[in-house]
Amino acid sequence: MDIPKAHLVDMYETMVRIRRFEERIRELYFADKLPAFDIAAGLIPGEMHLAAGQEPVAVGMRPHLHPGDAITATHRPHHVAIAQGVDLNKMAAEIFGRETGLGHGKGGHMHLFSVEPNFGCSGIIGEGMPVAVGAAMAFKARGTGNIALSYFGEGAANQGAFHESLNLAALWKLPVVFICEDNAYAISVPKASSTAIPDNSDRASAYGIPGVLVPENDPVAVYEVMGAAMDRARRGDGPSLIEIKTDRLWGHFEGDADAYRSDEFKEDMNDRDPLVAFGKRLVEEGVLSEAEQAAIKEKEYATVEAAIAFALASPYPAPEAALNHVFA
Amino acid sequence: MTTMTDRKLTMQKAIAEGIAQEMAVDPSVFVMGEDVGVYGGIFGATEGLLDKFGPERVIDTPISETGFIGAAVGAAINGMRPIVELMFVDFFGVCMDQIYNNMAKIHYFSGGNIKVPAVLTTAVGGGYSDAGQHSQTLWGLFAHLPGLKVVVPSSAYDAKGLMISAIRDDNPVMYMFHKGALGLGWMVNNPHATGPVPEESYTVPIGKARVAREGTDVTIVTVGLSVHKALDAAALLEADGVSAEIIDLRSLVPLDREAIVASVQKTHRLLVVDEDYQSFGMSGEVITTAVQGAFDYLDAPPVRVATPDIPIPYSHPLETWTLPSVDRIVAAVTEMVSG
Ligand SMILES: Cc1ncc(C[n+]2csc(CCOP(=O)(O)OP(=O)(O)O)c2C)c(N)n1
Repeated sequence: MDIPKAHLVDMYETMVRIRRFEERIRELYFADKLPAFDIAAGLIPGEMHLAAGQEPVAVGMRPHLHPGDAITATHRPHHVAIAQGVDLNKMAAEIFGRETGLGHGKGGHMHLFSVEPNFGCSGIIGEGMPVAVGAAMAFKARGTGNIALSYFGEGAANQGAFHESLNLAALWKLPVVFICEDNAYAISVPKASSTAIPDNSDRASAYGIPGVLVPENDPVAVYEVMGAAMDRARRGDGPSLIEIKTDRLWGHFEGDADAYRSDEFKEDMNDRDPLVAFGKRLVEEGVLSEAEQAAIKEKEYATVEAAIAFALASPYPAPEAALNHVFA
Repeated sequence: MTTMTDRKLTMQKAIAEGIAQEMAVDPSVFVMGEDVGVYGGIFGATEGLLDKFGPERVIDTPISETGFIGAAVGAAINGMRPIVELMFVDFFGVCMDQIYNNMAKIHYFSGGNIKVPAVLTTAVGGGYSDAGQHSQTLWGLFAHLPGLKVVVPSSAYDAKGLMISAIRDDNPVMYMFHKGALGLGWMVNNPHATGPVPEESYTVPIGKARVAREGTDVTIVTVGLSVHKALDAAALLEADGVSAEIIDLRSLVPLDREAIVASVQKTHRLLVVDEDYQSFGMSGEVITTAVQGAFDYLDAPPVRVATPDIPIPYSHPLETWTLPSVDRIVAAVTEMVSG
């Protein structure tokens, strides 16, 4: 691996942090919701879309990011937000609906917004893509040298916003990278039942921009492809479309019976868990020993625990605070 | 007329049954939308249909709402009766043009020559912390647009009968079901969500309100899950010696203005409970109807309990404060009758 060791370590640490965060949110999500699952109950009511398994798509861009780069993500946003360095305490507090959260409890898990770093997401499929185009317009106009990254699922690639955004970005040669997280399913609908061609990266040719397929759920492969696309955007050579084959290890949302994916599919997926695979590879290649990985886990687990403790110790907003922030 | 029955169904099962019965008798009826097939609809409105009718008539679509809702318009004007699902009403933004500029207007533009018999089903409503893009009701927005009928059932019986009426209607019908009223196992437990539903096919007329509870002191006009809240509030008010009449509109378009006026003439007071945003919506329309039709009967200015004009917040205490509640209804009525 022709990658600086610091970058490999950073990607591994971030993957551990993301996975731990998702695991802890998952545990706490079910608190007070069981035995009879009630979506409205518990410490974290509402829908919860977790990204365990999709860590590589998020961490691969991290070493190439500059301060001020913008990212838009989806209804499944935690991995990308964490990889960009969104304040973990405030993010956790938002997910728990607390006053100290990123949006003072107004937005919740699908509506995480951060100024620094420049992060946003949306519960509407495809919504972030035009926003990334606009961010890139602003960076170009203001000459900041920044770029925009837009994450979206393979399901979103059939939305008008996808096609319109790619055309605009290509037409105006904007510094954007579009990243398709292909986890093969949009809720229950497999990609073969929703998409006329096998690979969304091929759609780039319709807009005259590079389309690159990353066929495995591997942070190193993502690192390399994202590095090239982000450099290209930063140089002023225009947008790229990256498609990464990844895995959603858990249900579409927590509480999803996940009956639409076969046991065999789920078994195969768990066998290729990217965190386990990357950890093994780092040992094999002499980058990080098992002992060093254990130490990283300890440190990252503590970071996550501190964020959750911060959230749980924070007060709820006053009910009438609902009226604030409608207008600037 | 329908026979009485002891069989009880949840509203969700009643909707699916209504669709299945129409599909069985009318080959032009088909269903399409996201996750309506294998999954049976995220809210179960199409449960069991794929097994019964196969993938040609129960079609899982890509996430392409402009495409497939527009396709429903095209199919409807060419001999089919599509039922097309927009998973949450909040997603209307990606496909509003097909709904509002096309589905709702073609009949008019054609001078009445073309019919658009499509049903657009969609889930509405909050109360479970799904935040501002998954909790709106927005029926006022659609009711505002000429050319769409807007139906909102609150009981299992009405849900089935209104679905069958909607499918048979030659106009586009928005069929909006409240997630909290469906009786889903994983939603807030709601005893009002289950009720008697006859096995045979029957219709409930679109545009006729229902007196959900008779009373003498105040009229509560409402729709959807708020009917259940109003019923709970009325039980509490009864204990305080206040008799509330509840009008379940069942449809916003057409609006049963006569039922509103008749009830207000009887009770002399009006409270509108609306989970939609307060301004420029259903509550204003109902109050205007009452003022015009029963001005001389009113003993107090009409009052509304609605969602204030703010996006629906995520955090539980904020959302609870924002949405109409039993407590807010009781407080509003109590103040009105003591004033
Ligand atoms: C416009 C719109 N349509 C439908 C939905 C409902 N929905 C939420 S997630 C989802 C599937 C998304 O699939 P994909 O884009 O592949 O992302 P993934 O969930 O697999 O991460 C759907 C249909 C939505 N939120 N917004």
